[in-house]
Amino acid sequence: MTGIVPAPVARQPWQMLFPLFVLIGFGALVLFSAAAGSWDPYASSHVIRFGVFLAMAFVLSRFSRELAMFFAFPIYIVVLLMLVAVEAIGFVGGGSQRWLDLGFMQLQPSELMKPAVVLMLARFYATLPIGMIPTWRALIPAGALIMTPVALVLLQPDLGTSLAIVFGGAMVMFAAGLPMRWFLGAAVAAAVLAPLAFFFGLQPYQQQRVFTFLDPESDPLGDGYHITQSKIAIGSGGFSGKGFNEGSQSHLHYLPEPHTDFIFATMAEEWGFVGGLVVIGAFAMIFRWGLSVARASSDRFAKLVALGMTATIFFYVAINLMMVMGLAPVVGIPLPFMSHGGSSMLTNMICIGSLMMVHRWNRKAPRTGLLR
Amino acid sequence: MRLRKRARPREVVTQSTLENAFDRRTFVIGTAMGGLGVLLAARMGYIAIAENEKYELESESNRVNLSLIPPRRGWILDRNGAPLASNRADFRVDIIPERTPDTDATIDALTSILDLDENQAADIRKRVEDGPGYQPVEIASGISYDDFAAVSVRLPDLPGVIPQRGYSRFYPTGPTVGHLLGYVGTANAEEYDEQDRNPLLVTPGYKIGKDALEKQFEQELRGVPGARRVEVTASGRIVRELETREDVQGDPVRLTIDGPLQDYAARRIGLESGSVVVMDCDTGDLLCMASMPSFDPNSFSQGIGRVEYAMLRDDERVPLRNKVLKGLYPPGSTIKPMHCMAFLDAGVKPEESIICGGGRRVGNRFFNCWSNHGRVDMAKAIYQSCDSYFYHFAQQVGFEKVAQWAHKMGLGEEFDLPVASQFYGTVPEPDWKMRKFGREWQNYDTVNSSIGQGYYLASPLQLAVMSARLATGNRVLPRLRRGSDSIRFESFGFSPDEIGYVRQAMSDTVNGPGTAGRARLPIEDVLMAGKTGTAQVVSLSKSDGKTGPWKFRDHGLFVFFAPFDNPKYAGAVVIEHGGGSGAAYPIARDVMTFMFDPAKGMEALRALEQQWGGTAKERLNAKYRNYAAAEGQVIPPAPARDEDIFDQVEAEARLAARQTENLAEQASPSRVDNRTAAEVSRGSDAANRDDLQ
Repeated sequence: MTGIVPAPVARQPWQMLFPLFVLIGFGALVLFSAAAGSWDPYASSHVIRFGVFLAMAFVLSRFSRELAMFFAFPIYIVVLLMLVAVEAIGFVGGGSQRWLDLGFMQLQPSELMKPAVVLMLARFYATLPIGMIPTWRALIPAGALIMTPVALVLLQPDLGTSLAIVFGGAMVMFAAGLPMRWFLGAAVAAAVLAPLAFFFGLQPYQQQRVFTFLDPESDPLGDGYHITQSKIAIGSGGFSGKGFNEGSQSHLHYLPEPHTDFIFATMAEEWGFVGGLVVIGAFAMIFRWGLSVARASSDRFAKLVALGMTATIFFYVAINLMMVMGLAPVVGIPLPFMSHGGSSMLTNMICIGSLMMVHRWNRKAPRTGLLR
Repeated sequence: MRLRKRARPREVVTQSTLENAFDRRTFVIGTAMGGLGVLLAARMGYIAIAENEKYELESESNRVNLSLIPPRRGWILDRNGAPLASNRADFRVDIIPERTPDTDATIDALTSILDLDENQAADIRKRVEDGPGYQPVEIASGISYDDFAAVSVRLPDLPGVIPQRGYSRFYPTGPTVGHLLGYVGTANAEEYDEQDRNPLLVTPGYKIGKDALEKQFEQELRGVPGARRVEVTASGRIVRELETREDVQGDPVRLTIDGPLQDYAARRIGLESGSVVVMDCDTGDLLCMASMPSFDPNSFSQGIGRVEYAMLRDDERVPLRNKVLKGLYPPGSTIKPMHCMAFLDAGVKPEESIICGGGRRVGNRFFNCWSNHGRVDMAKAIYQSCDSYFYHFAQQVGFEKVAQWAHKMGLGEEFDLPVASQFYGTVPEPDWKMRKFGREWQNYDTVNSSIGQGYYLASPLQLAVMSARLATGNRVLPRLRRGSDSIRFESFGFSPDEIGYVRQAMSDTVNGPGTAGRARLPIEDVLMAGKTGTAQVVSLSKSDGKTGPWKFRDHGLFVFFAPFDNPKYAGAVVIEHGGGSGAAYPIARDVMTFMFDPAKGMEALRALEQQWGGTAKERLNAKYRNYAAAEGQVIPPAPARDEDIFDQVEAEARLAARQTENLAEQASPSRVDNRTAAEVSRGSDAANRDDLQ
């Protein structure tokens, strides 16, 4: 870095922060349009929240490895207790019981569970004797650590978040070097069990969503409406979009949830394919940085944390984009850094903060490549 | 570095193998992420670029709502250009059930906003249930601006509800033109399919002609719809108008009808059930075709309520049947002048006379005349309506010959008129009887038919045409659309003397020693000629025809033309169960008085209407109020399909026609009884039935 830029600024991970700012700024513009050309109520709070959570992420990045290791288990337990509390005293919104009212904000503990599980598993595998990796002792406790919160979240019921937790956990296990045949076995078992789970495990409304996903035109004004309208919004945007504030699908309320789950469609209508490439490219840069942080680390715990956090954000992005493009059923998962919503922003910024934390550790003890 | 001993070396895991595995696996994960990213970008490119056109179209069809503006319907004008049917600007509210998730709640909400009563709400629910969902159902029309605004501001909570400013059909004279013009209504599913699913037909507020002239002239009256492109939100709220094309009003249709005369005649029928037809002898223009009692086409056009429909259906005077075209009656004595023309044509001289003697013996039966007229020639046979004369000469000439003339004069014929249907009735003939009943024509058939009884059935329109042809000696053709005044009709070839003779005899019926002295016009220099008729409905043994149950009373008929020596107007009046011709000719007199001197005619009508309790419209409204109050809520709903409304009545009409045929078939010929000739002559002297025949 040149001397012009102060060292504390220069050493920040700009290859991640720059695309992150692009996404936040772009998201704010789209939210501005989704509110019919107004900073209120979405865009301004989006930016303010980001500022607060970015500060939080910087604080988080100052944590030392030992502190993180030490807190992994207590954090997991606290969040797990909050999930239990949700079952006991949480309030119901939108058909499921997900939120805890903390007085100053509505907290969704299942969101916090995503990074907490990653942290917990990373700690578990970091402390597990290496020789025990291919044994059941590497699998059973980890499985229990994942499935306990998943069971609680499924009770809410919240399929999307459950899958996100499973995905994050599974990615850590995968990266931890568990035997490949377990994953293949699990994949086969999932293929067999999926139909059973579908018919006996899912709520009717969730089953309906899957059917609708398979054939959105079957009910264009009912459940297929979301997918159909979303595709119309993206498709009518064309190459360069209809122009800022010109999206008829979102402005005339044809697009459901234009500021949260379907913000990508709102964006694509006004900015077109070009805007879509910018968003996908920005995410790609962030993930590439996340993976490079993981690989650059010489420490097993740090590697697993970085990979798990990256995978957690990736899961949001992948499912959301597939949903709005009609490649996945409608599950209520917002698009990180663009959608309006505090809980998901909190989770994602915790992930970013954790990645920055690992990034900082790496700079202190860079991987030599020769030594371990 | 710790190693764990395992039985199989392959299971040995070391720090470096784990590191390798991590690197490999993160590479796999990274590749998968990248792959998915490429897939998503490709998918987006496919939707946004390859399928762009399709989705752009769908987005436009979301955003832009093309709504048709129903064209203003063409006016129906009378011969002088006054509107018989026009349009009135109004505010209306429709609902499209298909676009309404919870119709019951929506209708409830509208009921309270618009302050509709229970009956109306029930009617709307019924129509919503019966109709196909895509078709708009009228909630209310003719509502005030305040109500219209009240519905408009609540639109976001009322999906599928369409308030709009439009036009509704208006018939200024209401019931008096009901049968003549028909009415308009929303197209039903069949009509929608028939007209190639023309979107105009399901446009809220658009109505098509449903009956009579409104239906016949539908294409001319329709006009060209306008169109409005508006930007709408998903909930249907209009954001802004993009562009508007004005509608083109339908062409007016000008009729031959004389509006005031039509109204006058219909009102003059009063409490009776019957019809009045007046036509122009020179042009064949139908000046009036009144049929009463009738319905109010204004209320039909707004979608008739169940209570009002029940009232009309239950009325034994069948207000749903157009009696001018679809009422069939034994013409009785009204055909006698026409039969005289047939006799003249067959070579009978007017001076040839018979002795009446109170009747005629035919075979082994005695057929009465209604009186003993002594010596009767053709003129006296007409003005005194002597039956014996016709018994005699019909047998002499042969009924085939007479029937031929009946057809030439318009009986048993259909006319080329723009009407939905007309009944052509019956002219009895030997061939016809053989075809119909498989039995030989008998002498007593000739006798019965010679005085317009037996199988004879004619509609009032046919009687009016007969009267016009009789008066002019020309084959006058009726018409309903105004056209050129210089028309020449084919002549029947009677000499002026022969025509003059019959005219004089018919004038004597009214102005001389005839049967209709009270029909004389109260105007100095205009003499009306006419012929009375009484048609029995049941045999003499059941009822005397003048009193008793309404259904058993005789029909009263009268055919006329005026002025008698140079006929300009001809017509017919038929009063169902009027108890004889005495019910018919005063109406003809007043109608013709109105024709020549409106002030004098109105004076007569005002006095009568005061007695009856108001004009036809006022009485219909009062009747509806009473009926609704008496029936309360327990009223079967109106049929959803408008065809049914008329199918039912037409069925009744046919039944009534059959009934007369059956009576005729039972050979209860009008004047047969078991009394001896001596008793008859005594009886007929005693009978003072001056006006009757």
